[in-house]
Amino acid sequence: MNFWLELIIKLVAILGFVLTGALVVIYAELKAGSHMQGRIGPYYAGVRWGWAQPLADGLKFLQKEDLSPTGADRTIYGLAPYVVMMSTIAVFVVIPFGPDMVGRDLDLGIYFILAISSLSVLGILMAGWSSANKYSLMGGLRAAAQLIAYELPLVLAAAAVVVQAGTMSMNGIVLAQSETWFTVAGIDVAMPFLLKGQIISFIIFMIAVVAELSRIPFDMPIAESELTMGYLTEYSGIRFTMFFLGEYASMIAFSAIAATLFLGGYAAPGVPDGLANLVGPGVMLLKIALLVFVIIWIRWTWPRLREDQLQRLAWFWLIPIALANIAVVAIFKVVF
Amino acid sequence: MTVTISEFFKESANWAFLAIAVPTLFAGWRTVTSNNIVRAVLYLVVSLGGTAGLFFMLGAEFVGWTVVLVYIGAVIILFLIGIMITRAPLGQEADLSHAMNVKAPAALLSTVVFGVITWAMIDAFGNNMIPPFEPTATSDLSLLLFDRFVIPFEVVSFVLLAALIGGIAIARQDEEVVS
Repeated sequence: MNFWLELIIKLVAILGFVLTGALVVIYAELKAGSHMQGRIGPYYAGVRWGWAQPLADGLKFLQKEDLSPTGADRTIYGLAPYVVMMSTIAVFVVIPFGPDMVGRDLDLGIYFILAISSLSVLGILMAGWSSANKYSLMGGLRAAAQLIAYELPLVLAAAAVVVQAGTMSMNGIVLAQSETWFTVAGIDVAMPFLLKGQIISFIIFMIAVVAELSRIPFDMPIAESELTMGYLTEYSGIRFTMFFLGEYASMIAFSAIAATLFLGGYAAPGVPDGLANLVGPGVMLLKIALLVFVIIWIRWTWPRLREDQLQRLAWFWLIPIALANIAVVAIFKVVF
Repeated sequence: MTVTISEFFKESANWAFLAIAVPTLFAGWRTVTSNNIVRAVLYLVVSLGGTAGLFFMLGAEFVGWTVVLVYIGAVIILFLIGIMITRAPLGQEADLSHAMNVKAPAALLSTVVFGVITWAMIDAFGNNMIPPFEPTATSDLSLLLFDRFVIPFEVVSFVLLAALIGGIAIARQDEEVVS
């Protein structure tokens, strides 16, 4: 196929998936959160179950005036949401939804993801500084301190999986999990890494993901009661929408990464090779949905941590445990 | 063999090179001439991004993404945090002064570094053209790094430590003696 045509098709597919996915997750959050609190939640928008609520919200944000403060550095203020959004969308390039259903199976897969997603910190700092607002600056600084602290356990947990899989390619990691691990009564059993001794990595990874997303219980950067809305305080209209969609898109992105690293990605037991491209996306979406639900569930269950508790959790607990975990995984890899 | 200008522009890879190199140079120039310290750092980000792009063009994917992860994702962020915690003027207030006694040694130093690197490049490669090659496999690179070049590799990794110490040094307030 023509290179440029293929590129455009892939871009449109990824953009379409990210945007519709974000809307679905927003709806899921509204509904799931409501039911966890004994409410009904969105009810009137759309014909049934208030399904059109995220669309209505989105349209409302879009038609709001796009304000920027007088003292703001307009260029940087305008660029910041795009930096955050870009770093989120770029992650989807390497996430496999089937053996061939992948934007580009880079040899560096997970490394690419970690590099490109570290750019979102830059966007947040740009937003916080350029808004010319003390709440924004404080929020931006808190966000940066938090994202840096939790990027380490995130990377270390992923590194443990890379050590066990022996490859950084996302497709390679999935294949390593669909290999036969042992045979019982003539049936070849393949296990995802979660069940192959990576449970500690998985827990560390998910805690770090929730912190990277700045979601409750780690939402100090945008803590309403302390900082109004943190680095988002001055944003409105389309730029706020970009941040908002970006947040939910990165929820999907990180869930997809965790699903690939720990839950076997698009692989499912009993799927013949010929059907993997057809069934794979469905399996992957199911796993993503499961992890997204867990993240939503955590939000509606836990109270907000304090800033020092957050830093202590990362530096005193998660990072040392993750380092020890890598050592143990590496020893097992060499010995067995 | 030498390349004439018309030959240079016939090669599409050279256009891609220019598309990356010119913004990189411009951003590097603005990094040292910008009046606003936060903008200067952001220009440095563009410049480093361009450097990563040049590495991609050479097929060194791993090195390129390492530039993004380590320099943009870590060192620059530490710069920004250090600046914002201490002296960043909010918004667009200009702040930096370019005194001649600061400019001149910096210009001299960077010219010398540029000269040395250019000389080393010409001395090493001369007129040889680098053959187009496939992206380097990461596993080959890691075998090389952890075998023959393990000590330089460990030494280079101290850059991040230096950035950390620099961040602390900028952010640190000298304690005033209370009498």
